[in-house]
Amino acid sequence: MIDPPYPLFYTFNFYLFGVIALASSLAFVTRKSPIAAALWLVNTMFALAALYVMLDAHFIAAIQVLVYAGAIMVVFLFVIMLLNLGHPSEVADVRGKWGKAAAAVLGVILLAQIAVMSGSRVRPEWILPRGEMDRLLAEKGAIGVVADPLFTNYLLAFELTSVLLLIAIVGAVTLGRRSDVAAEATTGESVSAG
Amino acid sequence: MSAPVLMLLQVASRQVEATGTGVFLISTLVKMLVVFTIYMVGVAMLTLAERKISAWIQDRHGPNRVGPHGLLQPAADGLKNIMKEETYPDAAYKPLFIIAPAMAFIPALTAWAVIPFASPLPTRWGLIPMVVADLPIGFLFILALTSLGVYGIVLAGWASNNKYSLLGGLRSSAQMVSYEIAMGLSTIPVLLLAGNVTLSVIIDQQAHGLYNILNLTIAFFIFMVAAFAETNRLPFDLPEAESELIAGYHTEYSAMKFSFFFIAEYANMVTASALMATMFFGGWDIPISGWENAAPYTALKTVATALMFAVKVMFFIFVFMWIRWTLPRFRYDQLMSLGWKFMLPLALGYIVVIASVMLGLDASGIEYGPLYGLALFGVNLALVMILFVMVDHGRIISPSYGRLDPRELEKLRGKRQRSALARRPDAKPAAGPTKPAATAGVTR
Repeated sequence: MIDPPYPLFYTFNFYLFGVIALASSLAFVTRKSPIAAALWLVNTMFALAALYVMLDAHFIAAIQVLVYAGAIMVVFLFVIMLLNLGHPSEVADVRGKWGKAAAAVLGVILLAQIAVMSGSRVRPEWILPRGEMDRLLAEKGAIGVVADPLFTNYLLAFELTSVLLLIAIVGAVTLGRRSDVAAEATTGESVSAG
Repeated sequence: MSAPVLMLLQVASRQVEATGTGVFLISTLVKMLVVFTIYMVGVAMLTLAERKISAWIQDRHGPNRVGPHGLLQPAADGLKNIMKEETYPDAAYKPLFIIAPAMAFIPALTAWAVIPFASPLPTRWGLIPMVVADLPIGFLFILALTSLGVYGIVLAGWASNNKYSLLGGLRSSAQMVSYEIAMGLSTIPVLLLAGNVTLSVIIDQQAHGLYNILNLTIAFFIFMVAAFAETNRLPFDLPEAESELIAGYHTEYSAMKFSFFFIAEYANMVTASALMATMFFGGWDIPISGWENAAPYTALKTVATALMFAVKVMFFIFVFMWIRWTLPRFRYDQLMSLGWKFMLPLALGYIVVIASVMLGLDASGIEYGPLYGLALFGVNLALVMILFVMVDHGRIISPSYGRLDPRELEKLRGKRQRSALARRPDAKPAAGPTKPAATAGVTR
C-alpha cells in the first residue's frame, strides 16, 4: 500500500475495480437466472482479488480466485446444473414483498455502518511505515509474510480452525453416507450384502 | 521509435536490471506481443502436429495436400472455419453460449504471463528479465487461473441446453475440481524445496542443484497425471467422450466457436507442458552446463535458453499426443477413484515424507546443492520402487484392459480350480464344467 497522495495509476485502478465489484454484485442480486447470478458473483470475486493486490495482499488475492472463483463457485454451478434450475423462463422470483422489505432494511443498516466506519480514524500504530511492505515482500516473499505470523503468533487459532474444518468434513461425510442408511431402511437389505 | 518514446528510456549499464517506468512499460508491451504471437502460431501448428503424430502412430501419411508436407493445413482449417455458418440452437442461452469458448481459452493464455522463458536479455537500457510479469505469487497465480479453465467447458455444456452437452459439462466440472486438488498438493514439495513460489526462484534452485524430476520424482508423476485430467486429454477426455456423449460439451457448436474449443485444448496443453518443464525440468536452464546462468548475460545466451525451453515444452507436448493415441479412455468410476482414493492420499503422504527428509537433511547440516539433491534422489528412488512395483502391482497404472502375465494367469487358473474343488469335494479333478467358469473369471 502506498501513502497519500496516490499516483494516478493507483487511483484509476482502485476506482475501476471498485466500480466493477459494485456493479457485478448488483447484477448478482438482481439476475433471475441462477447461473447468471453465480457468474456475476465470480466477477465480483475477481474485482475483490484485484483490490487485494492493490493492498499488497498478493497471497489473499490468489487464494480468493483459487478457492472462491475456482472451486466453490464451480461446485455451486455443478449443483445448479444438476438440479437443472437455471433457464430464466422457468424460474419465478422466490421471495415475496416481505423478503424485499427485509433486504431493503438490511441494506440501509449496512450503508449506515459504512458511513460510520468511514468517518472513524485508523490508529497510527496500525499503519505500516512507508516502504515497510515492499521490504517485507523482498525479504520473506509473498507467502512468508502470511505464513510467519500464522505459524508463530497465531498458531493456536490456526490449529483450532483446522480442527473446526475437520469436524465439518467429518459431518459432511456422515451426511453423505446417510443415503445408504435410508436405502437400507426402505429396501430392507444390508449394503454389505450387495 | 519516435523521439518522445525514446526520451522515456534511460540508458543504463547492460548487466544491471533495468529500472524506470518507461523501460518497464515498453519492454512489457513488446514481451506481451512476442509471447502472444508465438503462442498463437504455435497452438495453430499444434493442430497439425497432432494429426501428423497420430498418422505416424497409426502408420498413415496424415495431412499432406496443403503446402509443403501439409504445413499450411492450419491456415486452410482456420479459413474454412471462419467461412462456415455459425449456428445457434433455439433453446441455447445465447450470451453464455457465445462467451464460453473464449472463457475456455483465456485462462490458459493468461497463465503464460508468469512463466519465464529465457535468461535475461541485456539491452542498452539494462537487463530485461524474459518473463512478462515475475509476480511475487508466481505459481499461485497459475494455479488460480487454471482453476478457472473449467468455466468455459461447464458453461458451454449448460448454455447449449442439450442433454449430452450438459452431461459433458457436469463430468468436466467434477473431474477438474477433483484433480485440481491432487495437482495443487503435488506442487507443494516443489515449493517447499524452493522456499518460494516465484517461478524464477524455482528455476534458479534447480539450476544450482539437481532438477526436480530427480529431487521429487513422485510429485512429477502426480502432476503429470493431474495435468492430463485438467486439460481433458485422453485417457481423461470423459467430458467429450464421443462414444457416449456425441461430442460432449461442444456438441452444439459450429464453425469458429467449435474450433475455439480445440484452440483452448491445445493452449491448455502448452501451458501444462511449460509448467512441467519449468517446475520439474529446470525451465530454460540448459542441463549440466553452468554457462547460461552466469553473470555476463548475452543475447546469444537468451536465444540458446529460449530454444532449450522450447525443446523441453515440445517434448511434453509430444508426450501428451503420444499418450492420446496410445491409451484408451478411463471409465468414470475409475477416474474418480484414481483421483480421490489414490492420488490425493499419495500426494499428501509424499508431502510428509519430503518435508521430513528435508528436515533431516537440514538438521545434519547439508547445504542445498548436488549432495542434498542426491540424498533426495535416493529417497525418491526407493519410493518409486515401492510405489510402482509393490503398491501398484499392475492394478492402478495399467487400467482395466491391462493384460495379465501368462504365469499369473496360470496361477489364477490353478487357484480357481482348487477353490472350486474345495467347495465340491465330490467333483473329479480337471473336470469339464470347471474349466469354462475359470477362464471366464480371468478374462473379466
